[in-house]
Amino acid sequence: MDQTFLAIVFGPCDKCSKEKPLRPVSVKSEQRSYCSLCVEMMATEGLHENETLASLKSEAESLKGKLEEERAKLHDVELHQVAERVEALGQFVMKTRRTLKGHGNKVLCMDWCKDKRRIVSSSQDGKVIVWDSFTTNKEHAVTMPCTWVMACAYAPSGCAIACGGLDNKCSVYPLTFEKNENMAAKKKSVAMHTNYLSACSFTNSDMQILTASGDGTCALWDVESGQLLQSFHGHGADVLCLDLAPSETGNTFVSGGCDKKAMVWDMRSGQCVQSFETHDSDINSVRYYPSGDAFASGSDDATCRLYDLRADREVAIYSKESIIFGASSVDFSLSGRLLFAGYNDYTINVWDVLKGSRVSILFGHENRVSTLRVSPDGTAFCSGSWDHTLRIWA
Amino acid sequence: MERMIVSMQDPDMGIKMRNQRLLITVIPHAMTGNDIVEWLIQKYGISEEESLHLGNLIVKHGYIYPLKDPRSLVLRADESPYRFQTPYFWTSTKWPATELDYGRCHRATGTDTGCHPFAATLSATASLAAIYLAKKNIRKQGDLIEHEKDNYNLLHKRINHTWDFVVMQAREQLRAAKQRRKGDRIVIDCQEQAYWLVNRPPPGAPNVLEQGPERRNCHTTRVQLTKNMDYYKREIEYCRKAMARTRVKSSICLEGYIKFNEQYVPHDPIMSGCLPSNPWITDDTTYWAMNAPTVTIPTKLRVERWGFNFSELINDPLGRTQLLEFLKKEFSAENLSFWEACEELRYGEQSRISEIVDSIYQQFLAPGATRWVNIDSKTMERTLEGIKTPHRYVMDDAQMHIYMLMKKVGEGGAGQRRAGQDPDVSAGPGLLPTVPQVGPLQEPAGRGHHSPGDQEAVRAGAEPWGPPGVVPAGSDPVLPAGSSPSCASSGIPAPARPCCCPRAMPRRGAGALPPPPCPRRRAESPPALRERPDPAHSPAAGPCRQ
Repeated sequence: MDQTFLAIVFGPCDKCSKEKPLRPVSVKSEQRSYCSLCVEMMATEGLHENETLASLKSEAESLKGKLEEERAKLHDVELHQVAERVEALGQFVMKTRRTLKGHGNKVLCMDWCKDKRRIVSSSQDGKVIVWDSFTTNKEHAVTMPCTWVMACAYAPSGCAIACGGLDNKCSVYPLTFEKNENMAAKKKSVAMHTNYLSACSFTNSDMQILTASGDGTCALWDVESGQLLQSFHGHGADVLCLDLAPSETGNTFVSGGCDKKAMVWDMRSGQCVQSFETHDSDINSVRYYPSGDAFASGSDDATCRLYDLRADREVAIYSKESIIFGASSVDFSLSGRLLFAGYNDYTINVWDVLKGSRVSILFGHENRVSTLRVSPDGTAFCSGSWDHTLRIWA
Repeated sequence: MERMIVSMQDPDMGIKMRNQRLLITVIPHAMTGNDIVEWLIQKYGISEEESLHLGNLIVKHGYIYPLKDPRSLVLRADESPYRFQTPYFWTSTKWPATELDYGRCHRATGTDTGCHPFAATLSATASLAAIYLAKKNIRKQGDLIEHEKDNYNLLHKRINHTWDFVVMQAREQLRAAKQRRKGDRIVIDCQEQAYWLVNRPPPGAPNVLEQGPERRNCHTTRVQLTKNMDYYKREIEYCRKAMARTRVKSSICLEGYIKFNEQYVPHDPIMSGCLPSNPWITDDTTYWAMNAPTVTIPTKLRVERWGFNFSELINDPLGRTQLLEFLKKEFSAENLSFWEACEELRYGEQSRISEIVDSIYQQFLAPGATRWVNIDSKTMERTLEGIKTPHRYVMDDAQMHIYMLMKKVGEGGAGQRRAGQDPDVSAGPGLLPTVPQVGPLQEPAGRGHHSPGDQEAVRAGAEPWGPPGVVPAGSDPVLPAGSSPSCASSGIPAPARPCCCPRAMPRRGAGALPPPPCPRRRAESPPALRERPDPAHSPAAGPCRQ
């Protein structure tokens, strides 16, 4: 009769150090020698951890399901139903009133000054230009040391601009009217992220900036000292956009990211207070409804959606079968009746927010529309495109 | 886009394909540009312009290619023939860099050449590009377009060691092609040409495949690894909190939008036009001059807006001045100053926080302070406690208390006028013809997006030199409808009788009005601190100073 003997090694256990018969085990792809007791403990631990992870996952999922049920309970009517009694919009005509040429490469971002006519725009080649868009004159220009300047913002006072992109930073440049202005010299580096800067915005003053980054976080900074005042963690992927709430207390903002989520944050505590996940792809742009009770989002899934904050749910989807390219940028008209959305198919679609239908489609750009903002007094909106130009429409 | 392409090729509902004629050759399974445009119009209910635009994008992305003039990826809405690109050449088909066997090569050209596999270090596209250009080179006997020549030389350098093989391949394919029917040959050539135009656009042509900087999204492994216990714990935490939150019924929320819409649409220049004209359209900046932050006389529309809710009033520099005047009369101006100081704290520099907190305390909160504000004892206690460790938000509670106080006062008095109840608007059309207008009464009809409901709004905006507008409707209307030339009826603010101004700010308690419906739960955030109204400006209670 043949007998196979297992060669047993006797020695100090790698785990508990006791002198015992050892068995070879593989821990994280490394060979170790454990005593049989430790081997058993390890096996059960692993099992335990897997069980916990699985049970947590199922708990999270069931809670999410329950949350959706709760949200659905209060949903007693659709927006377009309520909007039936609102007058339909007539024929809609908007034209390009100004074309701003001067960027040598794709325009990626723009922002209006509070004076209703100046704008700042940034492009792929690192150039940031301040224009008086009414006269189409360029007033300031600076070249950033990085390419793909994806974010830019005008300070509320009109005396400074902020911008950033692949340099992972947000820098503030004061604007002066000196003859031989050297903007680059006065540059102040404010924000530091660990991945590209996708969006930035001043809060109510020149002294605070809110940023969103490809590193999955948003952050609030003190401009003067560059100090991080608050950071916002929660997105599972790159954050692509943000917008500050026009609220009485001015304490929240919304962000959208590549995790398909739109999250509302409390600026004071850094906590996420609400989260919405109904898009099918990256959210490129978020913008509050003028009353502050809702916000719209534009996504690579070719739809724009409206989320109500009090009802805590999505209340409208703006989509059309013939629109198959992603929406890169959205903004409301002053009354919130119209939603302007720029798309990657070079067009701008104008939506009736209440009725959910498309009012108009605007052609003109020769490449993707990458950025779109309505002017502070609502008289026009500006769109920037990969075709190197910006257009003012009214 | 691929879904759209698939539905276009649906045997029943898709585009009807026929044999198309290209000069003398017959091309099977083709369609005309017109067919494409028409189909899109029918299927999606869109205009011809949009259909053409969409069709063009489909061609630019290489899903449909032209047979006539294949160099130019453009959709012509005429009888030009087009065909669907083989899925093998679709832009979404990703050819992995390592898959380089001859099988690929076989499929790409449809030939049966029995070629040998490439060396593993080449990328599939580079080798295929090389073969394509080599074929062209041979066929055109060296007469390639500039950029093709450059690419050809570049590739030659890169894969020099197997160049002979490339040339051999090219020759093989050309020879095999000669055995095909002319129609098939044209199709294959156009297919390839279209593919390379999309994937290797000539210089100057837009590259439709270009994307922005790479995004690290949910599907990358790095993020998936972090879906561990912490992630799920946070999710659970969030869900629990969210469940506990109070939600509002949809019907109520949505009703809010309707109300907001009603109030604000007349004020929306894009929806309702603006008077005298939109500066962007007519190049006339009068509108901006009339609505400048610190203009002497506000327009009627502007004043009307102050009546919507308190935040409109306080956030408008002129409105804030009015508010200040009103509060002064009530001997409670320190409230506004306190509120402004708190705003300065909240949005100010980090380094000045202690300094500002201290100054606020000294001026407004300390017992016996010169401008002591009246906060309830609980809030005061909390605030004083918080001041010991000053931070940006330490005044939040007190600030909110004072804001609400001002709001109550403000809504009972200064700056309130119920939208839609303005006696001048309801004066009827009889009043209006006598009004000398600053600009056209209505926006040029060509604009065309006035709904009938906007007519009222247009008339409301037609009287820019309106009365101070600080009279709450419902109380004694200072300007009764149809009365003597009042501020509203003439462009000149020169009323025959003493103006409403001294009466503009009714005493607290008078004009007991319910606050106007405020669809906005929270108002706009205040403007930049540097935009504070000039305190020396506008001493009169109202703009009508005659």
